[in-house]
Amino acid sequence: MKLRLRYTKLGKVRFVSHRDGARLWERALRRVALPVAYTEGFTPRPKLGFGLALPTGAESVAEYLDVDLVKGAAIDPSDPSLVEACSAALPLGIDVALIAERDAAALSLQEDVTSTTWELSGPGIESGLIDQASERLLDADEVLVDRVRKGRSNIDDVRPLIVSLGGDPGGSRLVAELVTVGRALRPTELASVAFPGIDTLELRVLRTHQWIENDGEKREVLPLALATAPAPGVGT
Amino acid sequence: MWAELEPLLARVRKPARYIGCEDGMTVPVHGAGIVSWLLTYPDTYEIGLPNQGLQILYEILNERSDAAAERAYAPWTDLEAELRAAGLPLFSVDTHRPATEFDVLAFNLAAELVYTNVLNLIDLAGAPVRTEQRSECDPVVIIGGHAAFNPEPLADFVDAVVLGEGEEVVGEINEVLHGWITSGRHDRPAMLRTLARVPGVYVPSLYDVTYQEWSDDGISGGQIRSIEPRFADVPATVDKRTVADLADWPYPKRPLAPLTEVVHDRLSVEVFRGCTRGCRFCQAGMITRPVRERPADQVRTMVAQGLERTGYDEVSLTSLSTADFSDIEPSVDGILADRAAAHRAAGPAGADPGGCPTTINLPSLRVDAFTVGLAAKVSAGRRSGLTFAPEAGTWRLRTVINKLILEDDLYGAVESAFSEGWTRMKLYFLIGLPTETDEDVLAIAALAEHCVEIGKRYTNRASVTLSVGGFVPKAHTPFQWFGQNTRDEFERKVELLRRATRRCGGVNLKWHDPAATTAEGVASRGDRRIGRVIERVWRDGGTFQEWGEHLDLDRWTAAFAAEDMSIEWYVYRHRARDEVLPWSHLTAGLHHDFLWNDWQDALAGSGVEDCRWTPCYDCGVCTGYGIEHVVASPIPPAGGSQGTGQDIAAATEVMVELTRPRVALATGTPA
Repeated sequence: MKLRLRYTKLGKVRFVSHRDGARLWERALRRVALPVAYTEGFTPRPKLGFGLALPTGAESVAEYLDVDLVKGAAIDPSDPSLVEACSAALPLGIDVALIAERDAAALSLQEDVTSTTWELSGPGIESGLIDQASERLLDADEVLVDRVRKGRSNIDDVRPLIVSLGGDPGGSRLVAELVTVGRALRPTELASVAFPGIDTLELRVLRTHQWIENDGEKREVLPLALATAPAPGVGT
Repeated sequence: MWAELEPLLARVRKPARYIGCEDGMTVPVHGAGIVSWLLTYPDTYEIGLPNQGLQILYEILNERSDAAAERAYAPWTDLEAELRAAGLPLFSVDTHRPATEFDVLAFNLAAELVYTNVLNLIDLAGAPVRTEQRSECDPVVIIGGHAAFNPEPLADFVDAVVLGEGEEVVGEINEVLHGWITSGRHDRPAMLRTLARVPGVYVPSLYDVTYQEWSDDGISGGQIRSIEPRFADVPATVDKRTVADLADWPYPKRPLAPLTEVVHDRLSVEVFRGCTRGCRFCQAGMITRPVRERPADQVRTMVAQGLERTGYDEVSLTSLSTADFSDIEPSVDGILADRAAAHRAAGPAGADPGGCPTTINLPSLRVDAFTVGLAAKVSAGRRSGLTFAPEAGTWRLRTVINKLILEDDLYGAVESAFSEGWTRMKLYFLIGLPTETDEDVLAIAALAEHCVEIGKRYTNRASVTLSVGGFVPKAHTPFQWFGQNTRDEFERKVELLRRATRRCGGVNLKWHDPAATTAEGVASRGDRRIGRVIERVWRDGGTFQEWGEHLDLDRWTAAFAAEDMSIEWYVYRHRARDEVLPWSHLTAGLHHDFLWNDWQDALAGSGVEDCRWTPCYDCGVCTGYGIEHVVASPIPPAGGSQGTGQDIAAATEVMVELTRPRVALATGTPA
């Protein structure tokens, strides 16, 4: 049996790195005594599939984790006590919103997710500037950015990576949907292009959605509507 | 101050070490009439978080209704710079409360090179670094831990020192501070005098130290003349504290599991405290006597509950020599059975649970075949490296240091390890031990080479890592009178080993930086006057001296020069029997005569047996404190020269002479 969990990463734990996040999930799943499947070999590892890494310092209300259970395990994913037990075993700010059974043939999160939606706010992102900056980027034929990856600098056209861009209803946040396939555009890189000179270290970054697009049809990985109770702090 | 701190964390490396949020964290309740403690580890979070002493005191204090304890660790240099630029102080990781709001700043000192960090953290906590400048509203600065057994280098910077184990005394200190705080914090000196009457608590400012005149050469003279309490109600000698029975202290009950990777990233359960193997270089073995074992069923319960609570899949059974635990085999079997049962219960009924076995870690193992058998039992699967500590290259030198391991035992242990599937051995040695000759040093390389040869019979991948440390003489040990090797001498000996191992495929040599060993020597046996050197090194930016990239010995030599003091005198000089040592008014219970006679026995190459299983030779601890060994088995463990039948007479045929350090030639040139 395979499970897919949707969870949050909010508050102080936003400073926990993706790698450390994997370690704390392993401990939490052992604490709730979920019969997680392990790899074979000399150093068995739990079979967990993490999605696209959230940058250290960013928050999210739409993180996902795939968990493979041992053969014969029969867990009721909709059992609210399981959701509660997981949240209790996780640190403050990491809360499980939803657990669902995953189709045995489903692709991994990394392969499945095609785009993600972000909210950015902070000094330099002001209501009067968001619409103008968004239009400028959306109307451009190409948006060239000099990016450093693994110590090498590359000039890329990131325009095709921007699906949508604009202000939130309140007008103070920049909301962007970005393509995840290939060399993805980081939300802070987007902010630097939209608002040149901005200090991206001062921004708050929140991932609000992860999307799967298939044959022109777009859906959220696990929509919160499936949850028995609304998750806190969902944006947009 | 989370709101002020949060924006800074986006700008520093590894911000997760500053957020707290660990499993096992308590949210303490502060308020009027509650003494607030900031338990501070003067090194990074990764090093300090696993420290068991700090976790134990954290729980014991928070169980009290009149105390609240939080934790702090040294911020790395990048965050320190951000904090200072923003005008923010040191903070707790539990609730991010500024250090300025705590009543007590308590430091756990595991090693001497953190002394400059202690000064830095007192300063970052907004308090004057010198005791005499503190006022009623400043925190009370207390130190404890192994490196506080010679606290004299920090005497001018700390208000009080705890000698020995903290479980009981921490409550007694809290009561004194509670009384002082609730009565309006008047008269800090009187409060310190009350503290000085708590057994195990030493208040340096209540003692006068006088010194002898220096002779014209600046090398002789200068020793301490006397150390006297300034008041009749202040004890002339301060004794360490020791808990009689570990069974009464099953702590930590709520072990901390961090959200970021730390050095010992697993559950730790202490199986016994103290060690009477009698290794003469080992301060821990001398100052933690006698041996007190935890009952085996309590060990098993603490492991089961700790693993369940934290979700760890690995546990360390800690002590100074875990294979000496009487019930080590039944404990290991019991833990493995408990884990298998828990694992089966989690899985579907009747199915093979497969998956993840719990790993039991046995640090500080003896060198014998029994030990390897034990290690094999607990490490199903992961057999990469195994560590042994023969400490010296020849049997003669091992009798000097009383680490009585026969070569056959080492080779037997290594052979069984390679035959059980291990491919890498790590061997710990010390260089610069008393009476050491070049022959002893070179024997280290020969031992390692032979171990590789043994390993090659089993695997082509066989390798031996030689980890060589420089010996630093420590207070309260038989070697406290010994003049440490000079930095040049250490470098020469390392070079001897490098040359000797260069052509040995399979032997990897690693050595401790002689500069760090020299700096450690300064702090290890320094007196109060060394405080000025430490303060200079700190003011010059010398923090994190345990970190190779931050240690610059030139800072230390410059500070010595500026204070017109001599590294030779403090570090390389042999001490005479009648010299008043800086810690002579502090005791771990060991008689001065016992230590001196053991030093003379060392020079004669004569060993002592382990008094856990043989008659008492009256080192002074049990008789003096009315405590005794708590050992489940009266029979020494099986196996090897470190088990039964120590051959302690075998070295007397070798003539031994104390080699003088080169600096004793007193040419005046720095070594």
